[in-house]
Amino acid sequence: MKWGVVTFPGSNDDRDSVYCLERVLGQEAVPLWHKDQDLHGVEAIVLPGGFSYGDYLRCGAVARFSPVMSSVMAFARAGGPVLGMCNGFQILCESGLLPGALVRNRSLAFICEWVSVRVETTRTRFTARCAAGECLSLPIKHGEGCYVADEATLKALQDNDQVVFRYVNRAGEALESANPNGAVQNIAGVANTGGNVVGLMPHPEHAVEALLGGEDGRKLFTSVFA
Amino acid sequence: MASIPVDLQLAHDHGLSTDEYERIVRTLERTPTFEELGVFSVMWSEHCSYKSSRRFLRRLPTTGPAILQGPGENAGIVDIGDGLAAVFKIESHNHPSFIEPYHGAATGVGGILRDVFTMGARPVASLNSLRFGAMTHPRTAQLVKGVVGGIGGYGNSVGVPTVGGEVYFNAGYNGNILVNAFTLGIAPTDRIFRATAAGVGNPVIYVGSRTGRDGIHGASLLASREFDDKSEELRPAVQVGDPFTENILIEACLSLMRQDLIIGIQDMGAAGLTSSSVEMADRGKAGIVLDLDTIPTREAGIPPYELLLSESQERMLIVAKEGCEEAVQDVFATWDLQAVVIGEVTDDGLFRTTWRGEEVVRIPVAALTSQAPAYERPAARPADLTAQQRLDLGALPLPTDYAAVLTTLLTTPNLASKEWVYRQYDFLVGGNTVVRPGSDAAIIRLKASDKGLGISVDCNSRYCALDPYRGAAIAVAESARNLAVSGARPVALSDCLNFGNPEKPEVMWQFVQAIDGMRAACEALEVAVVSGNVSFYNETDGQAIPPTPTVAMVGIMDAVTHHVTQWFKHPGDLIVLLGETHEELGASEYLAAIHHQECGRPPRLDLEREKLLQQVCLRAAQAGLFSSAHDVAEGGLAVALAEACISHPQQTLGARVTLTGDLRPDALLFGESQSRAVVSVRPANWERLKALLRTSGLPFSVLGEVRGTDLEIVGSMKIATAALRQQWQTALAQQLLTVAT
Repeated sequence: MKWGVVTFPGSNDDRDSVYCLERVLGQEAVPLWHKDQDLHGVEAIVLPGGFSYGDYLRCGAVARFSPVMSSVMAFARAGGPVLGMCNGFQILCESGLLPGALVRNRSLAFICEWVSVRVETTRTRFTARCAAGECLSLPIKHGEGCYVADEATLKALQDNDQVVFRYVNRAGEALESANPNGAVQNIAGVANTGGNVVGLMPHPEHAVEALLGGEDGRKLFTSVFA
Repeated sequence: MASIPVDLQLAHDHGLSTDEYERIVRTLERTPTFEELGVFSVMWSEHCSYKSSRRFLRRLPTTGPAILQGPGENAGIVDIGDGLAAVFKIESHNHPSFIEPYHGAATGVGGILRDVFTMGARPVASLNSLRFGAMTHPRTAQLVKGVVGGIGGYGNSVGVPTVGGEVYFNAGYNGNILVNAFTLGIAPTDRIFRATAAGVGNPVIYVGSRTGRDGIHGASLLASREFDDKSEELRPAVQVGDPFTENILIEACLSLMRQDLIIGIQDMGAAGLTSSSVEMADRGKAGIVLDLDTIPTREAGIPPYELLLSESQERMLIVAKEGCEEAVQDVFATWDLQAVVIGEVTDDGLFRTTWRGEEVVRIPVAALTSQAPAYERPAARPADLTAQQRLDLGALPLPTDYAAVLTTLLTTPNLASKEWVYRQYDFLVGGNTVVRPGSDAAIIRLKASDKGLGISVDCNSRYCALDPYRGAAIAVAESARNLAVSGARPVALSDCLNFGNPEKPEVMWQFVQAIDGMRAACEALEVAVVSGNVSFYNETDGQAIPPTPTVAMVGIMDAVTHHVTQWFKHPGDLIVLLGETHEELGASEYLAAIHHQECGRPPRLDLEREKLLQQVCLRAAQAGLFSSAHDVAEGGLAVALAEACISHPQQTLGARVTLTGDLRPDALLFGESQSRAVVSVRPANWERLKALLRTSGLPFSVLGEVRGTDLEIVGSMKIATAALRQQWQTALAQQLLTVAT
C-alpha cells in the first residue's frame, strides 16, 4: 500500500514513520512536503510528531495552514485514512478534522515514557485489527498532550463511538492514576465520525520493533492494509 | 562614526593582560583598532586559545587504528566499520547556565549539535553531565529545573534523543554549576566535512539566523573569568536559542552535504563570526576577507565590533566552491533559510574585514591562532590536601541499622533515581534507542548495520578533589567499565575538563594531575581522546569547584542484540560479584551521606585488573551469558545490588545474598572498591560463565540468587524492594519540590 508521510519544517518523527512503514512493515512510503499540494496518489496519510514550525504560536496552529494540509483535508473528507500522531494529532484538531484540543500537560513538564492504552473502539480504519478492550503498550513524548473538549463534544464522542484510546493502568483500568497528562476522561486518541481520521498522543511508530521496546504499535498500521 | 580610541585600560577591560596588550601592539606594529582589540580579546581568551592547557593536553593519547579525527576539529571521529563513522564531542556551557539556566543549557545543547552536524554527521544521541550545588542551597532547585527544562526544550524540539547522562549535587558547585553537553552523530566515512577555508577566491557564505546583539563577549568575559557579586550583570552575554531554526538548519546542511558544493563548513559558536572565519582560514593556511555590510542582521545599525563578536545562535559559515553559490542558496531556500555571500578566501594569510568601505580589521591569522599566547603556569599541590586525605577508620562508628543506611543512600540526590530528569527528555526520537536512560550505559542501534554503540558519561569529582590523578583515572575506567558491562567495547572518549582559575597554582596542579591520570587510564585501556574542551575559571568569590574532568566514552558492539542491562531479570538467577572488595571507605558516598565527611583517599585503581574485568565482561556479554551486569560504583555493593533489584522499568525483584570477608561490615557493604561488577546469570549458563572466569584468573564470588520480594543481605539487612523502589524513585522530585517552597 502507498502511504504518504508529511514533513513540515520542525517535524521530527517523519523519518521514523517512513522507516516504520517501509523497513518494518514493507509498505511504500512517499514523503509529502509541506509546500506541495500534490499527494502523489497515496492511499493513506501519516501526520508525524515533532514541533511543526517550532510550535511557537500553539501546537499545530501554523501547520494547519500549510499548502499540503488543504489536500490532506480534502483527502480526509473523501474518506481517505489519515493518522495523526502527537504533533499530527494536534494538527488534526487545529484543522477541525478532529474535535477537541490539546493543551499543556497537567504537570507543566514534558513527559517521555511508555504507557498502556486501551482500545475503546475497533470501528476505525486504524483499530480494525485490534480487539475491543485490548491494551497496547506505546510510548508518549509530549509537553502538550492533555486532551480537552467541552461537555457537548464529549457527549458526542461517546454517542458516536469516537473515543479510540484511553490511558489505563496495567490492569486495563482507566484510573486517574494512570493518566499521564491530565487528559479529560483519560482520552489518548479520538476519531472523526467516519472512523477514517484518527489522532492520538502516543507514538505507535515507535512501538514496532521488539529490540526497541515493543511491537504493539504495528496493529494501527496493519489495520489499514492487512 | 568615529572609532573608539584604544589604550591599555580598554585592553584590561577586555580581559587582556598588559603583556598581552603589548604583544598585540608589537604584532601589528601599531595600536589596534577597537574592532581588532575585540577580535584579539576573544581569540586570546582562555576559552578559545586554551592558553593555559594547550601544552598539557598534548600528553593525552589521541590516535589509534580506528581514529579518523582527533582533537583540533569541531568533533572527533571514530571508524565504526561498515563505511560508517561516529562523530562526537562533549562541551561545557557552565557560566551561561548559572546566569540564565534555561537558555544557557539550551544553547549548550544547540552548540554541541552544530559541532557534530557541521562535520556531515546526522546527530543521533545526546547525553549530558550536570553538577549542581547542595540540594539545600537556595538556588539549587531553580537551577535544576531551569537547566533540565532548557536541555529538554531544545533537545526535544530539535529532534535528537537525549539518551543518558549523570546528575550530581555537591556544595562545591553552589556558586558554579556545570552543564556539559555531548552529542554523537553518524556519518558515512567517505563524506566527512572539515572546517577549512581553502582556494583563493572561493566564496564565504553565511547561513542560518540573522545576527543580533546577543552573546557579546560570551567567550572572553563570561567563560574566561571568575564570578563575583556583579556576575548577574553578565546576563546580556548569554545567548538565546531557537531549536526550530536549528532543526531545519540540520536538515538543510545535511542535504547540502549530499552534493559536491562546498570546501568547508563551521558553526559560529563561541566568539561567533570571528572565531569561525579565523579558525577556518588557519586550517586552510589561507586568509579571509569579510564585508560586514552584507551580514544579515536583526536590526539596523549594529556596529562592526558587535557584528564580529555576536554569539547569536544557529548560524553557520561555509566556504563554497567558486560558482556554486546559487546551488548552495537553493538548498537553503528550500528550508526558508537565507544564505548570503559575505566574503572570500584570500592567500594573504590575513583576517580582514571591511565596514562601510573602510578596513576595520587587518590581523595575521597566525597571530590569532598558532601564535596566540601559551602559558606554563605554576602548579603547586594544595597545602591542605594531605590533611583532607586523612581518614581514621578506627574513629568511625559502625552503623546500627544497615537497612536504614541503604535507604538513606538511595534517597540522597546523588544516588536517587534520575527519572524525574530524564522523563522530561525525548529519549526515543530517531528510533535507535535500545537501552534508555537508567542503566549503566545508553545503547543505540545503527540502522545501517547489526552494530550498536554504547555511550557513558562519568566523573566522580569527590574522588578528583581528594586525588585528582586517581580520580581522573577512575573517571576513564568507570566510563569504560559501564560500556563493557553493557556489552560495548570502549574505543574513544571526549573529555570536558572543568576546573577553577588556572592562574592559581593549586588549580593548575589539579589540572595537570588529572591529565596525567587520564593518560595512564587511556593508555592501559587502549582508549583514545578524540575531542573535548577545557572550562577554567569555574570559581565564585575565590572558591573553585571540585576538579571535574568529565569523560564521555563511546564503545562498539558488533551485534546490538548482545546488549546487557543492569537490572535483574529472572527469579532463580545466580548473583555473582566479579572483582574484589577492599577496606576502602575514603571519599565514598557513604562517608559523605552518613558520616558527613568528605575526606580520605579515593579507592585504589589497578589498571591491569580493570582491563581484565572489562575483557571478561565483554566476552561473557558476547556469549550471551549475563542476564544482567552492573558496575559497582557510588554506594558500593549494597547499592549496586539494590539498584539491580529496583531499576527495571517494569518490575521489581528481590535477592538473597551472603557477603563474606573479614572487612568492616560498612566497607563490605558500602565501600567503593574499583573494578567490580554485580552480574546475574541463569543457572543453565553458570558452568560456562564459571569456566570463562576461571580461565581468565579474575577473582569472583557467588553471592546468592535473585528471588522473592526482599533484598536480604544475610546478617545485615532484609528490606522490601517495592517500598525501596518507591522511595528511590520519588526522592529527587520530592526534594526539589520541598526546597522550592
